[in-house]
Amino acid sequence: MTEITRAEVCAVACADVWRDAGEVLAHTAGVLPSVGARLARLTTSPDLVLTDGEAYFMSDPPPLGRTAADGGVVEGWVPYRRVFDIVASGRRQSMMGASQIDRYGNQNISLIGDWRRPTRQLIGVRGAPGNTANHRTDYWVARHTPKVFVEKVDVVCGVGNDRARGVKGLRFHHLGVVITNLAVLDYGDDGRLRVRSLHPGVTPQEVHTNTGFALDATGAPETRLPDETELRLLREVVDPLGLREREVSGGARP
Amino acid sequence: MGDKSMSLEDFAGAVESGMTIGIGGWGSRRKPMALVRQLLRTGVRDLTVVTFGGPDVGLLCAAGRVRKLVYGFVSLDSIALDPHFRAVREQGAVETAEYDEGMFVTGLRAAASRLSFLPTRAGLGSDVLTMNPDLVTIASPYADEEYVAMRALRLDIALVHVNRADRTGNAQYLGPDPYFDDLFAMAADRCYVSTERIVEPQDLLTAGPAQSLLISRLFVNGVIETPRGAHFTSCDPDYGRDEAFQAHYASAARDTDSWRLFRKTFLDGDEQAYHEAVAEFHANREGQEKSR
Repeated sequence: MTEITRAEVCAVACADVWRDAGEVLAHTAGVLPSVGARLARLTTSPDLVLTDGEAYFMSDPPPLGRTAADGGVVEGWVPYRRVFDIVASGRRQSMMGASQIDRYGNQNISLIGDWRRPTRQLIGVRGAPGNTANHRTDYWVARHTPKVFVEKVDVVCGVGNDRARGVKGLRFHHLGVVITNLAVLDYGDDGRLRVRSLHPGVTPQEVHTNTGFALDATGAPETRLPDETELRLLREVVDPLGLREREVSGGARP
Repeated sequence: MGDKSMSLEDFAGAVESGMTIGIGGWGSRRKPMALVRQLLRTGVRDLTVVTFGGPDVGLLCAAGRVRKLVYGFVSLDSIALDPHFRAVREQGAVETAEYDEGMFVTGLRAAASRLSFLPTRAGLGSDVLTMNPDLVTIASPYADEEYVAMRALRLDIALVHVNRADRTGNAQYLGPDPYFDDLFAMAADRCYVSTERIVEPQDLLTAGPAQSLLISRLFVNGVIETPRGAHFTSCDPDYGRDEAFQAHYASAARDTDSWRLFRKTFLDGDEQAYHEAVAEFHANREGQEKSR
């Protein structure tokens, strides 16, 4: 077995997100979240429901990044209208990206600057407000930098723990974890991000330097390594083309 | 049953400056592009455009026809952002109302049901409420909860593109996703359907099952036959997205001079001239590939 890569550590961390999800629709944006959901489906979470990213539920998913047109076994029809119904039903869990995220997990994917005249238009709020209002939401950050982990996000798309507190109607709000190329973060009782584990080879200082707010990683344990079954599934079944290595590069240890 | 078929020219005559128009499809998928191009050939302006936006938004914004954009998102799918959309946003050139995608659907559903609003959880706690200061929350009369009172997105006119339709306005989609075209039709005072092909009513079910009859003539005022009328967006299974042309569009849109040339080459003529210019674009491209 060749050496384990950082991307593979991230992949199993992303898979662990779905461990207790049960029979829900797995929504993912980005390569590693998609890899993680598929790996979970083949290991710890056989009841997960996966889509082709277009209009179908797949009991046997098409190759990564492809749609039902490229193969796989269709088990359901989910045009966009049904997706929003499923979001509202709560039978869904989401792992999205973040262009900015603050210490309470407020997430921005909409734009940078003032919303009336942004300095940089990004993809818009998309479904983030509805996701965080209706079901568990986790975030994936492929490049952990101070530009992403900021004191204050420019637009709150995914709702953070401070904002959700006390809002009647947000009783289903549930932020899970934030997984980055450096670490796994979760939220303390005060609703603030904290370091759950550092990926093998990452120092507390590295996380501190690359976070735009105070985040103490001292004494954090190591993120677990993939086991042999997971490695085989990752390399041979889930992502044989190695798309994961394009999103996160490097070995597990320096 | 009335014959509602009409020409592109007659369709354009029904659209007036200042109207609120809803445009069906999703991103760069099954957009009524021939209808949008026809609007560019008229003097119509100051439009409020309500859409899950793609190049429809880009073309109308580039031509300066839009006063306000109401959207769930604007994307070209395989290209994350439409460059014209990005430009008008970064210049602050148009008024906007950006909603969470689910809120946008809720707004269409309210309008289709002739309600002034519908409640939803989506948007609570987020800056969608900050960016749309007219939106309010409402207390549930039945539980200790509050919801966003999503305003109805009522439309003067809806434009949609489908695979087949009959002359009376029964419209059929044959691809994987109906998107929200039926809701757009029902949310509008008048709906215009462009279609790849007008067929006889008895031939609709030879193309697809009864469930593919997406929009009833109850909600349709005009039917316009526009072969390849969704180009360059996808219209599965009749044709996929023209990725090469979309890339050309997006690259031209990034710079004033190249956009001027794009407009002159593709948009200044009639619909037939557009398709001829697109055919020439592909012929030239193939020629270049071969000579490589």
